[in-house]
Amino acid sequence: MKPTALVIGGGLHGASAATQLARSGFRVTVVEKNYAGRHASGVNAGGVRRLGRHPAEIPLAVAALARWQRLETLIGDDGGFHPCGQIKVAENDEDMARLVSRAAEVRELGFDHEIILSREELRRRVPAVAPHCVGALACDGDGAANPYRTLTAWRRQSQREGAIWREGVQVTRVDRVPGGGWRLSTDHPDLPGLDADWLINCAGGWAGGLCGALDECVAMQPQALMLTITERVTPFLGPVIGSASRALSFKQMDNGSVMIGGGIAGCIDTGGEHADVRLAGLAQNVQTALGLFPFMRDVRVVRTWAGIEGVTGDGIPVLGLSWRHPRLIHSFGYSAHGFQLSAITGEIVRDLALEREPALPIAPFDIRRFDSSSAAARASHTH
Amino acid sequence: MKTIPLAIIGAGPAGIAAALTAARHGLKPVVFDEQPAPGGQIYRALESTPLRDPELLGQDYWHGRSLIEALRRESVDYRPGHMVWQLTRDGEIGVLAGDTAALIRAERIVLATGAQERPFPVPGWTLPGVMGAGAAQVLLKTSGVVAQAPMVLAGSGPLLYLVAVQYLRAGAKVAAILETTSKENRRLALAHIGGAIRGWRYLKKGAELLRELKRAGVRHERHVVALRAEGDETLTGVGWRTADRPDDWQHCEATTLLLHHGVVPNVQMTRALGGAHDWSEQQLCWRPRRDAFGRSDIENFFIAGDGGGIGGARAAQLQGELAALAALESLGHIDGPTLAREAAPARRKLDAELVVRPFLDALYRPGDSWRRPDDDVVVCRCEEISAGEIRRVAKLGCAGPNQMKSFTRCGMGPCQGRLCGLTVSEILAAENDQSLEQTGYYRLRPPFKPITLGQLASAAGGAPEAPARNETETAS
Repeated sequence: MKPTALVIGGGLHGASAATQLARSGFRVTVVEKNYAGRHASGVNAGGVRRLGRHPAEIPLAVAALARWQRLETLIGDDGGFHPCGQIKVAENDEDMARLVSRAAEVRELGFDHEIILSREELRRRVPAVAPHCVGALACDGDGAANPYRTLTAWRRQSQREGAIWREGVQVTRVDRVPGGGWRLSTDHPDLPGLDADWLINCAGGWAGGLCGALDECVAMQPQALMLTITERVTPFLGPVIGSASRALSFKQMDNGSVMIGGGIAGCIDTGGEHADVRLAGLAQNVQTALGLFPFMRDVRVVRTWAGIEGVTGDGIPVLGLSWRHPRLIHSFGYSAHGFQLSAITGEIVRDLALEREPALPIAPFDIRRFDSSSAAARASHTH
Repeated sequence: MKTIPLAIIGAGPAGIAAALTAARHGLKPVVFDEQPAPGGQIYRALESTPLRDPELLGQDYWHGRSLIEALRRESVDYRPGHMVWQLTRDGEIGVLAGDTAALIRAERIVLATGAQERPFPVPGWTLPGVMGAGAAQVLLKTSGVVAQAPMVLAGSGPLLYLVAVQYLRAGAKVAAILETTSKENRRLALAHIGGAIRGWRYLKKGAELLRELKRAGVRHERHVVALRAEGDETLTGVGWRTADRPDDWQHCEATTLLLHHGVVPNVQMTRALGGAHDWSEQQLCWRPRRDAFGRSDIENFFIAGDGGGIGGARAAQLQGELAALAALESLGHIDGPTLAREAAPARRKLDAELVVRPFLDALYRPGDSWRRPDDDVVVCRCEEISAGEIRRVAKLGCAGPNQMKSFTRCGMGPCQGRLCGLTVSEILAAENDQSLEQTGYYRLRPPFKPITLGQLASAAGGAPEAPARNETETAS
């Protein structure tokens, strides 16, 4: 009989895991309390970025990009991916020094994807950037994609592989079944109980709550990350722009509108399903963007919004086996930079469920790093 | 951030009445008005209109004079040209005045943001020369601008006749009125004739307007079942079919077409705040939930006037009084018995004002084919999404308007769904065989109206920037 897996959370990481598990012979059910991609997965800024990654994430991001480059072959749609490049701009000499040492650090780790741009080269690539900018760090081959389209493609692919999606179903209780395996109770009258051999926690901003119910220690907060989008303007920008020292993600989309983000937190209301923008943070984010592109001053904002995402205490995800329960795998807490990684995380979850060593190093993402009772584990995983 | 006790958003009859009520009780409210002068849409530009002949705009318009004069006289902090572009549930108000965006907090907020015209999507409605009858009326009131003739008015509802008559009096050539009210509606409305008789003033007014149009020799087509705006670059004519000649397209030359299918509550703010909304089958629109005093289900927010359901200017004024009284009571500024005593007469008058509504709503209810147009008609004007595209995506499994945004960008342009939201919800509900409540509405996002990046950045003021973040924490 086929092994079974329950994926909690119909976001990108859940869809990616469901696809790979189903392809490898699992009977997969995805349980989503709202609809697929309702929060961070569907409404993020769509950055496909290796640039500036935490050292622990670099191997995964490099492997993920290789998937992005042939996404259409893998899941039937390219997700709107454009390899337009990503550039992190230095606004002063201090910024530039930081970028230069960052580039050196990445080279020392054995990677060569981050390169320094001189002032002239930056100006050549981004003529619209403010004159005070002194240079940049760039990553050619990075780019941006359409989040909801990407999510939809992964969801469809998982369904083609045989995964079943249950949207609008809230998990109300998780129990271990004697003799191994899991039983989920839900709020849906037709689905009082769901049984499976494996449980996959891809619950994003809600993963912390699930961990609590499973008695797992994790430092994670749901955050509502804000984005602003403008009316359409004449094309002036190819690559996605960030800042060396300020929170910013700035890009022009195909239709001419400009998206401004940077991981600035808004507010989440008490119910947790509704995110609100916080004006002061939004205004500051826009001020940062105007610092780099002052000519945008008179362009109108069309919409602002916030998507709920799980942000961990140390800003890197939880990806790996549970040490508290057998047959429980975590894949959450991508802390506002999981979009690009979603192309690879499903394969890692699959390897874990097949009880084989993943091809990529995931020790830094071990959930035990948050367990204060496991000091030894902490020591071995702290950088 | 500065905190004030009471903010009122909007200065139509509801907002002004709320402000006057608060002032009368010794509490000076702040009124944020997007417009340059008080009056809302109904009494728009009353102090400055170039059309000084009182006959031209009619008695109902000039009724607003006493309200506006009182607003100018009383202790009210009236702030014209102040656009509210953001609100949070804890009372944070983002206000734009000139090029400066500022934040202010209010302990209680009365939303008096009024109504907007119901979307009226027909083939060609995006052509230059086609506009809402209400919008045309605004041009007339503010600047005495008479739209280009020959002019055709199409749709239903009392405002249609009123605008036609006002344009006639202003010297415009009105070529035709194409009325979409069906025979069936007339029959159904008779069930509510009792209320209509008690609200006889409204009926009398309507009959007078019709007589005036007839005297002027305006062509009046009844039972129109299909309509299209014709022209390549700009409107050159209007075509229609009637129930009596359902196979013949009739034509008339026109350079202006004014469309009107009544007004619906402007729910932009109540939706953005996440308040509960109920679908009104009687008025075919969303109504934010409010009690008899205008208390919304969002703590410290009150809703007065047509923004909570269409009742007209006189009802709005009474609701403004009631909402202000409820707000004063919740601030502890007046006590419960005072609230009950002061509210009683307003509530009696309000009941009398609303008695005619079931009749009007039944009579002027736009038929299904007007609200859910054929496949080739553009629904979302900003992103150019047709009704057919919406139906196609519904078949792919799109259950609600928010997924529709993700699939098609429908409702994501500069108007933020104001002009397509109702149509999209209604089409989706019909396609998916769901109720409107199940289908839902767009989640609305600030800004409520576009503001520039420079204006938005000004809200940051001189505040220090957020500290530099870890490399890994920039958004994907």
